[in-house]
Amino acid sequence: MHRALALVVLLALAAAPAMLSPWGLSQLTFVAIYVVAGTGLMLLAGHAGQLSLCHAAFIGVGAYAEAILHARGWPLPLSLPAAMALASLTGIVAAWPARKLSGIYLAIATLSFGFIVQEILMRWEAVTGGNTGLAVTRFDAGKLYWLALAAALGALWLLDRLLAGRLGRAFVALREDATAATAIGVAVPHLKVTAFALAAAFGGLAGALYAHQLRFISPEQFDWVMSIELLMMLVIGGLGTRAGIVLGAAFLIALPQAIALLRDALAWETPPAGIELFAFGLVLVLALRWAPAGLAGWLKKSPSL
Amino acid sequence: MGTTLGIPLSLAIAGIATGCVYALVALGFVLIWKATAVVNFAHGELMMLGGFSGLGLVALGWPWPLALAGAALAGALFGLLAERVVLRPLLGQPHIPIVMTTLGLGFMLKGAVTMIPGAGAETHALPTPFAGQSLSFADATVAADHVLVIGVTLLLGTVLFGFFRFAPLGRALRATAQNPRGAQLVGIPLARMQGTIWALAAGLAAIAGMLLAPLTFVHAQMGLIGLKALPAAVIGGFGSIPGALAGGLLLGLVESFAGFYAPEGVKDIAAHVLVLAVLLLRPAGLFGRPQENI
Repeated sequence: MHRALALVVLLALAAAPAMLSPWGLSQLTFVAIYVVAGTGLMLLAGHAGQLSLCHAAFIGVGAYAEAILHARGWPLPLSLPAAMALASLTGIVAAWPARKLSGIYLAIATLSFGFIVQEILMRWEAVTGGNTGLAVTRFDAGKLYWLALAAALGALWLLDRLLAGRLGRAFVALREDATAATAIGVAVPHLKVTAFALAAAFGGLAGALYAHQLRFISPEQFDWVMSIELLMMLVIGGLGTRAGIVLGAAFLIALPQAIALLRDALAWETPPAGIELFAFGLVLVLALRWAPAGLAGWLKKSPSL
Repeated sequence: MGTTLGIPLSLAIAGIATGCVYALVALGFVLIWKATAVVNFAHGELMMLGGFSGLGLVALGWPWPLALAGAALAGALFGLLAERVVLRPLLGQPHIPIVMTTLGLGFMLKGAVTMIPGAGAETHALPTPFAGQSLSFADATVAADHVLVIGVTLLLGTVLFGFFRFAPLGRALRATAQNPRGAQLVGIPLARMQGTIWALAAGLAAIAGMLLAPLTFVHAQMGLIGLKALPAAVIGGFGSIPGALAGGLLLGLVESFAGFYAPEGVKDIAAHVLVLAVLLLRPAGLFGRPQENI
């Protein structure tokens, strides 16, 4: 049953470039990119239990690294790993104060770290272009789709392998009880750094693809709201499940479209500013109230599937 | 203010005034955290709501002090409502969904205020009775607004101190914050206490919103201050009431001096650099107990 479903989904994804409009394909590419970013955050927040509010910083570092290196003529097989490595390094720096922290202290430390990275992107004008942003070299939309799809599937596969192994079990032990994990020989501070480094590498890859997809990046795109959106995506999809990453990413990309449709249906001449933010918040509150296990949990419960 | 002492003194007073607002917001974070184990990410938006209610009441012709009281009352009622409708059903859920719910509530409030026709998307002045006046104090010139902010905060701090120390309700609230199960065992109605704490914290946030108005104006984005008050609460040691006040004041002072002496941009991230530095040296904050695993 599951295999049949997976096969159908893969076939649909393979046929997508031929079937979808350019706009549809770009939306699907966005979903794939968010899956890559979400996989990293799921590892960190969902499995290792480290509530991080700075994932956008890792994505931003990856995006800027790719934009700058690509402009200097680096080929993708070099620039993508470089972007991932730089983001991963940023993750290790973020983990430095985080090693000893948990809960709300960790959340605030990472939130603050994200603000600092964003400020650096804004102020380091010689490299990043500051607030004016940076144009990214154009990239064929079809090729980018395949690249993003491969990255998303690869990320999900890697997460699966990681969780099946020793490191994955150590992450879960850390989430469930850091003291008990220490008692059975898990080096907790070291493990936290590893979790941040891995999650940030996924974030960097997502950022690199995101830069090509948007073709223009500026520091304010990688703000704390983006970090929150990614967390919201995982929570709405279903924390701790792989299906949740995909469902959540699809939901996050579809939500603005749904709100735009609603706006058209209500035939507002000039829709009031703020309606999107309001709807975003409302959906978040309602989803957490009525489906706390996320879409993945909700689908599992319903008898038809 | 030509002499050497004038500028630092003026900066200090301005910093303390801003720090008072941070402290009031940080205090709200800590009160809600202690009583309900919820980190309320919508707190900055509750403050913004207070600024806008005050604006509305002044527009209706209410004098400023009365509008301050009215905004505090409206904020408290809203806090009560938010706790009852949005948060109480989630009690007992894990940390992340609850944090996300408060974020969602904050987005709703910011979106809703922005949607107010003709007012929500604009920036408004909300002048206090002393707007534009200044006092000369030693070598320094000090805005009367700043003195007002500091005065109101001092008054509130004293009233709160007395309330928590001597009033039966305040003592019950403190018991709830220290040990919810123990409080329940001695007959304190837990649910009602949690609603009361939300009302109190939201009322304080509304007052903070009106006090912030002379410093930064009233606009839908002013809730972002909450993202600085939260680090302030953590600097003091999350869960410590004196810590929240000290953290707020420290942050206000650092920002004020950084804005004058440090290169551009440093002021904006001072809160974040400060909180990371404090957490690196003291992972539980300045006044927090190290073993607290929260």
